Amino acid sequence: MIEFLQQPMPWYIAGPLIGLIVPVLLLIGGKEFGVSSNLRHVCAACMPRNIEFFQYDWQKEGGWNLVFIAGTVIGGFIGGWLLNNPEPIDLSQQTLAELKALGISDFSGMMPEDLFSWSNLGSLQGIVVMVIGGFLVGFGARYAGGCTSGHAIAGLANFQFASLLAVIGFFIGGLIITYLVYPFIL
Amino acid sequence: MNTYLKYLSTGIFFGFVLVKSEVISWFRIQEMFRFDAFHMYGVIGLAIVVAMISISLIRKLKLKDSENKLITIQPKDPSQITRYLAGGTLFGLGWALTGACPGPLFTLAGAGYEIILVPIVGAVIGTWTYGIVRSNIKH
Repeated sequence: MIEFLQQPMPWYIAGPLIGLIVPVLLLIGGKEFGVSSNLRHVCAACMPRNIEFFQYDWQKEGGWNLVFIAGTVIGGFIGGWLLNNPEPIDLSQQTLAELKALGISDFSGMMPEDLFSWSNLGSLQGIVVMVIGGFLVGFGARYAGGCTSGHAIAGLANFQFASLLAVIGFFIGGLIITYLVYPFIL
Repeated sequence: MNTYLKYLSTGIFFGFVLVKSEVISWFRIQEMFRFDAFHMYGVIGLAIVVAMISISLIRKLKLKDSENKLITIQPKDPSQITRYLAGGTLFGLGWALTGACPGPLFTLAGAGYEIILVPIVGAVIGTWTYGIVRSNIKH
């Protein structure tokens, strides 16, 4: 049983399970699936200053979502720590070869140690990948009004044209980094 | 069951699936943007299909939530084209750099990757900055 739970989950199981979260949240409390709003709730709770965008009742609007996100931390602990899969991820040979050619050498966990480490935080590369990357995730998600969960999953499932535009944007940005920026900074 | 406990357990379930399907992996995101494997497209694609079927069933059966209110979903304003394209592109830049979108950021922290706290703080500052400049940028 333990060994089974350590196994990676194939896409055809994981996809439907993630999709089910949309109706579950709607049925539990009429809530719409979307993770990035939490970043706004954190700002509203901790440093609202006099910024209009953060003047709202964050507990009433976002309390449920902050509890939900706390759950994903626990889920990560159970699946990625207690029941961690000791094997490296079964990546495509093509990606593996391309990343090796760019100088990535650690393929053991979820992120390459070459890029994501406290020691790399002192380099320009580390700052771009971790600090600026994080900043853009937060800024972009709020500007676009949602992230992968809110737009790519819930929005597209509800036939929202706005979400289609956002997802096109997600890919424009992702391809720019992958093909134009990474070859320079890696 | 206590309402918060319901949200907590749904979150635990989500986080567990995110780890086990390796969606939280920087490598998997690279594989997706390089179009080298079907994995991420399969996960997101099937999630959309299941959510789509569920939403139409909820509408058709006029289902109510646990507080007995009719379930409705707010439509997004499709006229704000700049907002979705420009905001989406900025998000995509960050997604490919960190290899994580907001859900996986938190799940990675739970899975023991404490370095992810740096991108998380970055994301909070990014969100806060958006709040400041919001009225000055085109939507």
